[in-house]
Amino acid sequence: MKKMRKKTTEQIYLVTGLFTAVFLCMMGYTCYYAMTHKQEMINNSYNSRQEMLINQNTRGTIYANDGQVLAQTVVSEDGGEKREYPFGNKFSHVVGYAANGRFGVEAQANYYLIQSNVKLSDKVASEVSGEKYPGDSVYTTLDVDLQEIAYQSLGAYKGAIIVTEPSTGRILAMVSKPDFDPNEIEAIWDDLLQDKDSSVLLNRATQGLYPPGSTFKIITALQYIRENPDTYQNYTYQCNGRFKHGEDVINCFHGTAHGGESFTKSFAKSCNASFANISVQLDKNSYGDTLEDLLFNSELPVSFTYNKSSVIVNEDVSDSDVMQASIGQGTDSITPLHMNMITCAIANDGVLMKPYLIDRVENENGNVMKQFSSGAYGSLITEQEAEALTQLMTEVVESGTATKLKGSGYTAAGKTGSAEYNKVKTDSHAWFTGFAPVENPQICVTVIIEGAGSGGDFAVPIAKRIFNAYLETGGS
Amino acid sequence: MELYITEISKYLITVLLALYTIECFMAFRFKEEEQRSGIYIRQNLLMFGVHFSCFMVICFETGKIEYLFFYIFQQILLFATIMLFRMIYPKGNRLIINNVCMLLSIGFVILTRISYEKAIKQFFIVTVSIAVGMLIPYFINQLSFLKKLTWVYAAVGICALGVVLLLGSVTRGSRISYSIGGITFQPSEFVKIIFVFFLAGALYETNDIVRVALTAIIAGAHVLILVASKDLGSALIFFIVYLFMVFIATRNFIYLLLGSLGGCGAAFFAYQFFSHVQVRVQAWKDPWGCIDDAGFQIAQSLFAISSGGWFGLGLFRGNPTAIPFVEADFVFSAVAEELGIAFAMCMILISIGTFVMVMLISVKLKDRFYQLIAFGLGITYIFQVFLTIGGGTKFIPMTGITLPFISYGGSSILTTLIMFFIIEGLYIIRQSEEEKSVRKKKRIPVRKSSFVRSGKKPEYPDEEDEEEDD
Repeated sequence: MKKMRKKTTEQIYLVTGLFTAVFLCMMGYTCYYAMTHKQEMINNSYNSRQEMLINQNTRGTIYANDGQVLAQTVVSEDGGEKREYPFGNKFSHVVGYAANGRFGVEAQANYYLIQSNVKLSDKVASEVSGEKYPGDSVYTTLDVDLQEIAYQSLGAYKGAIIVTEPSTGRILAMVSKPDFDPNEIEAIWDDLLQDKDSSVLLNRATQGLYPPGSTFKIITALQYIRENPDTYQNYTYQCNGRFKHGEDVINCFHGTAHGGESFTKSFAKSCNASFANISVQLDKNSYGDTLEDLLFNSELPVSFTYNKSSVIVNEDVSDSDVMQASIGQGTDSITPLHMNMITCAIANDGVLMKPYLIDRVENENGNVMKQFSSGAYGSLITEQEAEALTQLMTEVVESGTATKLKGSGYTAAGKTGSAEYNKVKTDSHAWFTGFAPVENPQICVTVIIEGAGSGGDFAVPIAKRIFNAYLETGGS
Repeated sequence: MELYITEISKYLITVLLALYTIECFMAFRFKEEEQRSGIYIRQNLLMFGVHFSCFMVICFETGKIEYLFFYIFQQILLFATIMLFRMIYPKGNRLIINNVCMLLSIGFVILTRISYEKAIKQFFIVTVSIAVGMLIPYFINQLSFLKKLTWVYAAVGICALGVVLLLGSVTRGSRISYSIGGITFQPSEFVKIIFVFFLAGALYETNDIVRVALTAIIAGAHVLILVASKDLGSALIFFIVYLFMVFIATRNFIYLLLGSLGGCGAAFFAYQFFSHVQVRVQAWKDPWGCIDDAGFQIAQSLFAISSGGWFGLGLFRGNPTAIPFVEADFVFSAVAEELGIAFAMCMILISIGTFVMVMLISVKLKDRFYQLIAFGLGITYIFQVFLTIGGGTKFIPMTGITLPFISYGGSSILTTLIMFFIIEGLYIIRQSEEEKSVRKKKRIPVRKSSFVRSGKKPEYPDEEDEEEDD
């Protein structure tokens, strides 16, 4: 009898424990979910609390890394508010706009800009004088000088430039053209929407999907090195301007015959025939794995709007398509941001630092509310692979397609690309992606100019101007 | 000045409730009520502190004096409840009464903030319910025939639910309420209690497989009627209560296992064949994808919870009324938004503390019938809390039922109060039993020889009835 009673007691304790455990899980989940999704929730357009905050606080200011104002709200005497962008078109995409929806840093940092964390006594003072509370300010990683040089270099061309610091992931400049004046966004909005051909509102640096062209040979070379780690230097090829494989033919740029060449020379001269020859020797599944390592067809570790790059290679893809893919043509597409990230990883011993735009959030009293720091995403490639690729890319500058970068007082490494994007063979996007100095990479630049011609002629000089400006002033 | 008061009181309110919660769990360190009296007095003071601070903020934020009077009435009611209960039932459990009053006062605060009119209505319902409830512990002691009404309970329960299914009015797609003379009842609330009595009556003596199967049919009838009324939350509560009561009554894990499997099967079936179940699951899996219709409520609830932070936006500083039916189904989210997540977590902990106390009472009850009732009512309470809060926080799919003591709703308040006064009644029975057995024990040395033969029987005078069921 007593045994039965004891059994019941134990079972009731068990049920009590069970329910308590479930409740503790629920409590943990509730706190975790609320705290980790806070920003996303406030930014949701269905959330009326955003309006409450906007009515309560004046939108904060966005600053460049040296404290220059990139965006601020000016309150007129009658209480009307206007968002001002002192640099006009220059920061149009990266800083974005805050009317007719939000874009750029204005969207990404909206949560911070509409909060106010001023001292309680200041809040009381604001309340007494009938003003809104001053919103928190956001300091970006953007460098005004580099942004202006990049903006001017691109001239009237469409295209994008992204400049980052490989050791930290800080984004120093980000330009996309065609651009717009965010001061006038409300007035020009309808025109911008109607102009579907040039897609002005698209941030080409992070959202533009381009054929990577020869810059993709970095990845094909990486795969060849992975499959032949000890013997890749022994590779030779005799180029007569075209490579035939079954029915398919791959031509070199402008049909140039490169003659006898090593692996390094094939890369430096950007020989399509040689890389097509390499590609048919590669293990397709392993190639696909390498693409996965480099974040193709997957999400990127960034907190701003971007598009996913797409290059698909596996055992079901035909040789013909693999040949096209390996020289960055066919259906391959990549964003300048992603190309820049891969280049940064090479410059940083294989480790990718997550790219970021917002350095810190400060309240009106100048106290730091939140400090963002650089974080490593992880190793995309090994240190040895990074070194091998750096050597190849250095040779591109020394004797290959980017010799315009030579003799600048610093060493540089990179890869050009001339991506053909339609049947008329003369049309190509000019690409360059690279970093400098080679010994101690401080800056990583990726340039794409739509329809300009060859990367070596058009993209490299722009990269050079940016390298010069940054390295001569010793960085900022 | 106002700003200072509201900002500082935000933290003060949370700290006071946290202290109350700690005291609530400290009570479990002591076995006897007398040892806990210091805790209870501190709890009463903290309760007063929380309630007063909240209403002070409300008065400052709205600038209306009537809130002050409303507060005074509430305070009188709660103090009267605590004092009267102590005077009438000196052997009652004061932790439960304190927790009930604490939760009621949180309910008054948040309802006043959401809708003054509804809060006043709620206040009258609570007053009447407490007046009725106060009598229950007295009667439960006298009414020994309650054990014999098993099949009456079953019939009343099924009829009450059936009438609503056939004649009830539709609220938000569910047929759950029934109006008589202008007063709207939600019979499923009251049937919860009757159902627990039915199961306890059916299983306390006999718990063989035939009896379990018979109760399964009756319980199944309850659940099916509720499913047909589209009252999924109540259907789930009835099912869970049945499952756990059978487990404790039979002491057999097999039933728990089989029941759980059956429950999963039924859930799967319901998901396959009922579109309103699919809609709920969809809204739970991805409220953002269907934010315009099915996901709207849960999305708004999540907005509210996440906007408050640990210490909340402060009363009247948030926007909880953006959630449709916030006063009934999503009152937890309103609390989390304006009083803070830390406060809301303390509120959950107080509910758990109350549940644990009920389970401890159930363990100590020697009469099997009473033990099952205390256990069943405890499960009913805690599972309802789980469904409401879990649904509002996207932990589980939303079922749309009320949060006991906090939510607006007459039937809900009255039922929950009756449940806890029944538990108090059982606790008092047990206290009296204990005193008797202590007296008996004291006599042991005198009649020592007679007890040697019958083993340890004097400690468990009721065990005889139990013998046949094992």
